[in-house]
Amino acid sequence: MNHLKKIVYNCKQATYLIEKKSIKRLSFHEIIELRIHLFGCSFCRIYSKQSRVINDMVQELFRSSMQSGYRLNDDFKKELQQRIEDGLNKN
Amino acid sequence: MHHQLNPHQWVAAHADYLYAFAITRLNDEERAKDLVQETFLAALERIGGFEGKASERTWLTAILKNKIIDVYRKKSSRLKITSVIDAEREQEDFFDAETGHWIVEHGPKEFGIEDKDHLVNKEFESILQKCLQKLPVLWRAVFTMKHIDDEPADVICAELKVSASNFWVITHRTKLNLRACLQKNWI
Repeated sequence: MNHLKKIVYNCKQATYLIEKKSIKRLSFHEIIELRIHLFGCSFCRIYSKQSRVINDMVQELFRSSMQSGYRLNDDFKKELQQRIEDGLNKN
Repeated sequence: MHHQLNPHQWVAAHADYLYAFAITRLNDEERAKDLVQETFLAALERIGGFEGKASERTWLTAILKNKIIDVYRKKSSRLKITSVIDAEREQEDFFDAETGHWIVEHGPKEFGIEDKDHLVNKEFESILQKCLQKLPVLWRAVFTMKHIDDEPADVICAELKVSASNFWVITHRTKLNLRACLQKNWI
């Protein structure tokens, strides 16, 4: 296979570059490689969009579960504050 | 601004927040409870080292984060062999071994929510939650530290003891499995 053909076919490499790009700047060579691939590959165009959506959704999931009201029970809290007070008195 | 500590109010002011922080990352209520307790006790020992640069909550959360990373490390070294191998096996047939092209039945299909206001779909969210839990601990740890806690790659590598190249491999594999799991359970 020639080099260009390799780039066009290699979705494994393209998805790797898509993930890398979401965290770090790609090299010039990588940018070109990814552009060529995405131009011809509808699978990876969908992948690229979904990859971003997934990142957003995971962030949203964490935000909403932080606000969903996890509460420690009161006895546990009372005891815990007491342990802290004991620790403070020791010093 | 110079921040101060007020340990007499620690539990009332921060315990629920720290508990939620730990639970969302570890998905384990008992362990989260233990970590909150350990965090306050460790904080007590370090009161003298508090410089007032960060808020009390930020300072306590940093202590908790380190404890969470310890859990990630312990869990991933113990479970590494089976869970990572299983997760890697799942994606073995995603791509053609020779060309790297998607095998058609595994190729990405539209979820139908990409362009909509995807942030409000509760059903999708619960599938996502389940798919996240299926990831190997180490992979989920890398993903969470990067995308939720926004830690730099080199910090994540140092804390979780993974090499830089393995970091990229894990990042890639995590998203491949996560996306495939969503496609399988949503469409």
